[in-house]
Amino acid sequence: MALLQHGALQPNNWRFVGDDAAIPADEAVIVSLKRWQAESESLRGRNAPVGVRLKNDEPALALAEDVHRLSLIEVEFPKFTDGRAFSQARILRDKLGYQGELRGIGNILRDQYLYMTRCGIDAVELPEDKPIEGYLAALEEFSAWYQPASDGRTTVLELRHPANANARQGASALLSASVAAHSA
Amino acid sequence: MYRYDEFDATIVQERVSQFRGQVARRLAGELTEDQFRPLRLKNGLYLQLHAYMLRIAVPYGVLSSKQMRKLAYIARRYDRGFGHFTTRQNIQFNWPQLGDVPDILQHLAEVEMHAIQTSGNCIRNVTADQFAGVAADEIEDPRIWAEIVRQWSTFHPEFSYLPRKFKIAVTGAPDDRAAVRVHDIGLRIVKNEAGEAGFEVWVGGGLGRTPIIGVAIRKFLPKEHLLSYLEAVLRVYNLLGRRDNIYKARIKILVQATGGDKFAQLVEEEWEKIKDGPLHLPKGEIDRIHRYFAPPAYEKLDDIDPAFETAKLENPEFARWARTNLVKHRVPGYAIVNLSLKPEGGAPGDASADQMDLLADLADEFSLNEVRVTHHQNIVFPNVRKRDLFALWQRLKPAKLATSNLGFISDIIACPGLDYCNLANARSIPVAQRLSRHFSDPRKLDDIGELRLNISGCINACGHHHVGHIGILGVDKQGQEFYQVTVGGSSKDDASLGRIVGAAFSEDDIVPAIDTIINTYLANRTDRSERFLDYVRRVGTDPFKEALYGPAPARRTAAE
Repeated sequence: MALLQHGALQPNNWRFVGDDAAIPADEAVIVSLKRWQAESESLRGRNAPVGVRLKNDEPALALAEDVHRLSLIEVEFPKFTDGRAFSQARILRDKLGYQGELRGIGNILRDQYLYMTRCGIDAVELPEDKPIEGYLAALEEFSAWYQPASDGRTTVLELRHPANANARQGASALLSASVAAHSA
Repeated sequence: MYRYDEFDATIVQERVSQFRGQVARRLAGELTEDQFRPLRLKNGLYLQLHAYMLRIAVPYGVLSSKQMRKLAYIARRYDRGFGHFTTRQNIQFNWPQLGDVPDILQHLAEVEMHAIQTSGNCIRNVTADQFAGVAADEIEDPRIWAEIVRQWSTFHPEFSYLPRKFKIAVTGAPDDRAAVRVHDIGLRIVKNEAGEAGFEVWVGGGLGRTPIIGVAIRKFLPKEHLLSYLEAVLRVYNLLGRRDNIYKARIKILVQATGGDKFAQLVEEEWEKIKDGPLHLPKGEIDRIHRYFAPPAYEKLDDIDPAFETAKLENPEFARWARTNLVKHRVPGYAIVNLSLKPEGGAPGDASADQMDLLADLADEFSLNEVRVTHHQNIVFPNVRKRDLFALWQRLKPAKLATSNLGFISDIIACPGLDYCNLANARSIPVAQRLSRHFSDPRKLDDIGELRLNISGCINACGHHHVGHIGILGVDKQGQEFYQVTVGGSSKDDASLGRIVGAAFSEDDIVPAIDTIINTYLANRTDRSERFLDYVRRVGTDPFKEALYGPAPARRTAAE
């Protein structure tokens, strides 16, 4: 699988390691939340990067203490109709202030891609041969946004009332920086 | 009424283009029907028994005459010359071609309308009191808040793939005309001890397979926190609502399983973290929306109009209509006029293109260009001068829009049923038609008094049978259409769910059975002031059982 990130298909340098498999010493690995919690000390002490895969019935708040240590969190869309990961993503970005890569995996359709980026997901896993033009076009299908989300896009409300916008942007600019850079 | 600014217009136009692309991908075979289904559903496009059905949003039931005229045009050009107004204040067209739908949406966008989120597992079109802004008993106008919720919920990135559909209703008056207690979220505008208006928040009500009256999880929510509170409720639901079984996926099941208090606590914990964030509503925005709903320029009139009084004396039929179909307006000399879409023998909620054009013309002439759609599937002219009522009535009558039956037994709510819907077990419309013919004598209607009769063609309860004073539910018995009857439901402030009277009736027996129920009531009520609902609440279902199925011992023997 490859990654759609920064507007292009990129190689994926991370590998998910099952709970029973040995963790390779100098490779970027992704582990389950369960394993991260069980082996957090040794995993934190590694020299290579560690990411966590959050199942969509696991609370994002379980990573509250760890978000600054992690450079990758994966959220799952097992079926495209299962939207729990949208909320998990928003909690990670807005509530926990997570600034690393937030990756969507599973059934990633172009018609959900815009919403994923709005919720702070800045990379999605796609087959290597997947044409990405439709995904990139999907990001351009709308140019105005009613509700604030995790992407820092200026909302209709802010455009209607510029004075309120300044106050809000000061508060949330930090959280939104990484995603805004991607979607710009 | 609300008018789009450049941002609203842009979003709706971009949605038309996006959907045009999705339809093109489907027609080119790039999308399978399975992949297309959730995309079309989010735009109100169903595949029914015979054709596609397009459900168009009428936000909180408010239409301009211009919009009504456009609906007439669509009915004529793209449908078979009629449309069907629904219990969610929307309108459905039953015969559009898939390839035409993008053009229909383009026509709608020209009059600031759309089909956004009228279906699918997302936040649906927000409903409100059909008398908003003109009701004499109103605390505050719910349209302002319904519009704010409409905008917030439109293409909400986090809540577009919920476990199940999500319906929000707002009422601004103590007399609940929006059935807020049977919605996923119901908002009642109330005043606190300091005299400030805010919201009482109900969650987890609903009909369908598991009818449940909602729980009030917050007694008073300051208005500026509305969106953050809704976001908190939706976030808890999106994360915790069941996704393993679509019949257990509505928020009502989660609220019941969690317990109202615990659910409220989860929402409060979430809300506490976001209430002062970017969803906090600036006063400037509340005021901006408020201005769109400023009262129109009413004339200063005496509340009693001599011409109106004279017309009533001279024309008993008009007097009856005035008695049954008018509601008190907050401005002297004006009336709220209910136009029944339940003529004798008609399909409840249906309007022809010609009727829609007439409604548009009459709204221009008599109702300050405005029309409302009610969740009882009727039409309202909110602003009619009393002195114009007789002239209006004379124009409505030949178009079969002056039936005097508002709130009576023939003012039936019915889903489309097996005539159109691929979920239905039985037909609803023919039963409604036969009942409306059976109960057509005005003297009989007056004698029976207030009575809500609701019909659903299946357990999904689109016809709200559980909250009808009499409810009829279509069921399938070995391939035959049968009808189960409940009594004692209500969707008002005294919300309750109807109780089943006994075994279901065949298609031939259902009208006589309803007749028996009515006769039982008429023969045994204390007097005319005891409404049917009051009578049921006093005596329960036994007298009906006895009248319908024979005395209790006989019933037992028969069962053995």
